[in-house]
Parts: sequence; C-alpha cells; structure tokens
Amino acid sequence: MLSIENLHVNVGDKPILKGLNLQIKAGEVHAIMGPNGAGKSTLSHVLSGKSGYTVTAGNVTYQGENLLDLEPDERARKGVFLAFQYPVEIPGVSNIYLMKAALNAIRKHKGLPEVDAMDFLTLVKDKVKLLEMDEKFLYRSVNEGFSGGEKKRNEILQAAILEPSLCILDETDSGLDIDALKVVAAGVNSLRAEDRSFLMITHYQRLLDYIKPDIVHVLADGKIVKSGGPELALELEAKGYRWVEEQVA
Amino acid sequence: MSADQIISQYPAEYAKFADALPGQSVAWLRLLRQDAAQQFSAHGFPSLREEAWRYTNVSAIEKKLFSPATSTEIGAIDIDSLNQHLLADAWSVVLVDGHFSASLSMLDGVPDSVTVMNMANALEQKAELLESYFSQAVAAKEHGFVAFNTAWFSDGLFLHVPAKQVLTRPIQILHVVTQAGFMANTRDIIVLEESAEAKVLETFVGCEEAYCSAAVMEVSLAQNADLTLYKLQMEGEKAYHFGGTYVKQARDSRFTHHNFAFGGLLARNDIHTDLNQAAECDLNGLYLGVKRQHIDNHTRINHLQPHAISHELYKGVLNQRAKGVFQGRVLVAEQAQKTDSMMNNRNLLLSDDAEVDTKPQLEIYADDVKCAHGVTVGQLDEQSIFYLQSRCVDKQTARNMLTFAFANEMVEKIKLADLHDQVLEQLLIRFPQVGIQHNWL
Repeated sequence: MLSIENLHVNVGDKPILKGLNLQIKAGEVHAIMGPNGAGKSTLSHVLSGKSGYTVTAGNVTYQGENLLDLEPDERARKGVFLAFQYPVEIPGVSNIYLMKAALNAIRKHKGLPEVDAMDFLTLVKDKVKLLEMDEKFLYRSVNEGFSGGEKKRNEILQAAILEPSLCILDETDSGLDIDALKVVAAGVNSLRAEDRSFLMITHYQRLLDYIKPDIVHVLADGKIVKSGGPELALELEAKGYRWVEEQVA
Repeated sequence: MSADQIISQYPAEYAKFADALPGQSVAWLRLLRQDAAQQFSAHGFPSLREEAWRYTNVSAIEKKLFSPATSTEIGAIDIDSLNQHLLADAWSVVLVDGHFSASLSMLDGVPDSVTVMNMANALEQKAELLESYFSQAVAAKEHGFVAFNTAWFSDGLFLHVPAKQVLTRPIQILHVVTQAGFMANTRDIIVLEESAEAKVLETFVGCEEAYCSAAVMEVSLAQNADLTLYKLQMEGEKAYHFGGTYVKQARDSRFTHHNFAFGGLLARNDIHTDLNQAAECDLNGLYLGVKRQHIDNHTRINHLQPHAISHELYKGVLNQRAKGVFQGRVLVAEQAQKTDSMMNNRNLLLSDDAEVDTKPQLEIYADDVKCAHGVTVGQLDEQSIFYLQSRCVDKQTARNMLTFAFANEMVEKIKLADLHDQVLEQLLIRFPQVGIQHNWL
C-alpha cells in the first residue's frame, strides 16, 4: 500500500526527517509514536502534500505510484485521507456540501456514478449516528464554531464517508476526553478493513488502548528508531521517550 | 487666495437652473440653499488635504462639470431592465436622472397615516413638517458634497412613519441615471416616530457612460424606532457616486445598515450615526472592486449617551488594480458609560496590484466601556486551501470557494428574500472567474 524509503525532508534549511523508512501493507494499522519535535506531523503533511516541505532525498510509493508527484487533491481522490491535528474552519462552505463534493470526486475517479442528494443524506445520517454527532453539524460551515472534540469527530465522519485506502490520523486523540476518545476510536475501528491501511500518529499511548495497532514505530530525531508489536507502546509508556532518545544518542 | 478666485465652475453653471429647483417658495429652504451654495462656492468639492478625504481624489468630478438633468424623456428608459431591479413586494419611488417618475413608481396601498412621497411634492404639501428634519442630521458645512447637495438637490424621497406603525412592505428608492454627463443630486428624509418600524432599500443603477450620482439621506429615529436600511450600489463602470447617510438615533432606537458597494469608477459612502441612550446600530458593508475601481467607505459612530451598542463589520474583496478605503471612526463621549462597541474591517486582496487603505479610529473619553476593533488585510488562507485540497477540491476551486464564502457572509445577513437573491446574483456576475456554484452554501 505505502512504501517510504530513506525519506529526507527539510523545512527551509532545517532537516526534519532524516532517512525515514516505513512499509505499510493493505489492512495494517501502524502507530507512530514519538516525542514532540521528532517529525511526526511533518511526516503526515508530506504524505498528504502540504506545501512548505522540501523532499531532499528518498521515495514514497503509494499503490505503485510516486505519491510525491501528485497534488494534494489528486492524492485525496486516489484514497489518501488525512485527519487533521488541527482541523481548519471554513466559514461559508457547508460541511455537508464539502463531504458530498469530496465523495463524488472520489467516485468519479473510480469510474462510479455520483451519488444523488437523497442517497447521500441516508449515508451521511448513518455515519453521524456512529460518531454520536448532532445532525445540525452537517449543515453548519465546515468546523466553524465546533468544539475541539466536535472537530475531531467531524474528521472521522469524513473518513467514514470517503472510505479512503490510506487513512492518516494526525494526533486525532489529542485534546479528547475519554468519552470522546471512545467514540472516535469506535469510528476508526468500524473502518478497519482488509483493503484499508491506517497510519496513526500520536503522542499518547492511551489511544492504542482503544485502537489496537499491528505495528508500533518510535520516531525520534527524524528517523524510525524502533519498531515492534503493541507491547512496544506499553514499554514506551513505562520508560518514557527519554529511553528511546538515549538509545539513539 | 484672493476672495474672487473661482474654486468651482459648478455654482455658475447650476445658478442657471435655480428657478427649476423644488421648494423655491419655501422660505427656510431658500435660506438653506443660499447658505449651502455660498459654502460650496467657497470650498468646492473635498480635497485630498481634508483628513476624511486623503485617500480619495474627487477632482475629476470638478473637471467633468456634470450638468443637472432638468427633465427626462421616460421613453429613453428601458423599462424591462429597470423592473429587474425593483423588489416584487415593495412600495417604490423611482428617481430618473434625479427626478421622480410617478409612472414608474408604485405606491398603491400605502396606509393613509404614512407619508411616502417624492421630495419635490413633499416640499409643496409638508414643508412645515420637513423643516424640523432638514439639515438636522448633517449640515452643509460637513463637506462639499453635502453643501452641493443641499444647494441644488432636484428631488428625493420623504418617508414619515407615525408612532407604533410597522410598515408591512419595504420601501425602495430606485435611482437611475440614463445619460452621459448628467449629475443626479437627490435628498432623502426618513423619519420614524416612536416605536415605528420600517425597511428601506436604496438601489443605484445607471448607464455605461460617465455620470455622477450623489444622494444625501437624513434619518431621524425617535425613541425605540427600528430602521433597516439596505443600499445596493450598482452604478455603471464609469460613474462617480457619492452617498451620504446621516442618522440621529433617539433612546432605544435601532438602526441596521447593509451597504453593498459594487459599481462605479469612484464611489464614496459616508455613514454617520449619533447614538443616544441604549440606542443600537449595526453597520454591515461589502465592497467588491475590480479593474480600476476606487471604493471608499467612511463611517462615524458617535456614542453620545450611556448603554448604546454599535457593531460594525465591513468586508472588501479587491481584484486587479482596484483600490478600497475604509475609515471607521468610533467616538465615545465622556458621559457614554457602558458603551459596547465592536468594529471590524476585513480585506481580501486577490492581486498584487490591488490595494486597500484601512484606518480604524477609536476616540474614547468615558472610562467604563467595552470597545474593540480589528483590521485584516490579506490573501486567502493557505491552511484553508490545503484543507479543501485534502478533501479532493482542486486548488483553483478551493480559492474560488474561499473568496466566495468570504463575501457571501455579508449577503447571508440580508433578511428580505427577494433582495438576498438579487445581491447574490450580483456577486455571481461580478466574480465570473470564480465559477461559483450555489450549492457551496
């Protein structure tokens, strides 16, 4: 599904990612943990195509294609979804419109007919229930006036509707109380499928109590320094990030 | 400067038509006109040296010496194109080249207690009532446009709503200029007595050649009265526009203004309001500039007494070589404790050559007040563009959506459905490159 080889990324002149390697197979759930400043968000931004980052070396192949050659919207149409750490408010553009437009863009890309307004509403209302959201959020402007938890739920709602192949969750758990976290995790778990992969970026081990990863990676100083099973997250929890950083040093 | 130096050619030119001006038999008005003409002769149109005019050069109006239209052949007007600007469910006063057209206006069914008539007629029938309101909210010495207007206005609207009367339909004043080189110079007086309510729309349209349209409106709101005033300025591409709206608000009264400045080569709006105790004003504005348009909005809110509330939001979208000006002044008098005032001006510059000069000014002499102001001048937010792209929207469409959403916020505030659709239509026409889709909303 996704193959990252020797990825080096700069922000300005400053190297942030320094030779990152990662292989994600279809259906796998990978968690990337690491201290602040390790390059976690840079990784999610580079994969989704945000500007401001310079790839100085390495390759990223997604479904056999060079991902880095594609515009952000092309990546999205081809099934790469980023759940934002800080979802952006878009006053004046309705949430439900954006979701419908995005879904139809993806369907068009797959050669499928567009969904009509009625079918879309049925689909969306189902997913809204799953995420225990109020339907009124559908008709509001994108993220405008949403609380932090509502914004994160809205991101997962979009993932549930768009059914991406590669779902990148950028600190989706940060700032959520335990009830909200359970709802968001249930939403993510319902999306797990054989042909869908997840890359979860998180600072907190707590998320992994609710979404069980297949593989846990530790990112420090721009590289993956350790990979293992879910037990690695527990070890990290017990010993702290300093343990990893000491091993790197 | 010698005393006999001629500052403006207009007084000599307009003196020729003085006999045709309305209200020449009304003594108080004759005096006002004389005084204003002297004022104008001495100072002319405002110059860049005046603080309130330093960003807006109106010298072209002097050079062009626009002539007054003394009468208009109604036959020259495309009635169908006029009708598209009229609200379906409104009483209307149509002013063609500054003169009332009874045949184009619609005043059937206005309640007997309410006065809606053209100014020339009102000066014949209601001169005594008018005297209490004329030149009360603004005086000729304000600046050259007000002096000029007072001296030589040709017609306008007089609206008087008695106490507790709530108008069931909006009143629309449609200003049309049909010919090149004309100056339409009109004066409106709106009076709402205690607890009266009304909605008024001013619409400005005109031909594609150079002309000037200048309208001065004085509004008097008695205690607890409520006026919503809409202005839709869609002058022709080569037109000069001046619009002055001067409001006096008695205790507990409410004034809501929606100012859409879309047309004209050079357009200037003055909106001033005086707030007495617990009065409230809500000033909304949207200006869209393309090509070489220059659009200047100048607002002044005077908090004179305690507990008054003012909210102001002006938004501008400037493209190509257009220039916008926003000068917003809020004055809080010493006794105006518990004032609540919020002023915001947000500008979107879509090209490197577009420009905006924005100047919010707070002058606060009271010590227990809540006052805030904010100004932004910028391009589209890159974060927002990326977010939309990550949801499959291509970059150009993302830019278009954000531009449209920015402007549309002001359109969504319109409460008259018919007018809302008209203004939305204008937004769609004026940004054709945006490829707006209705379902973005």
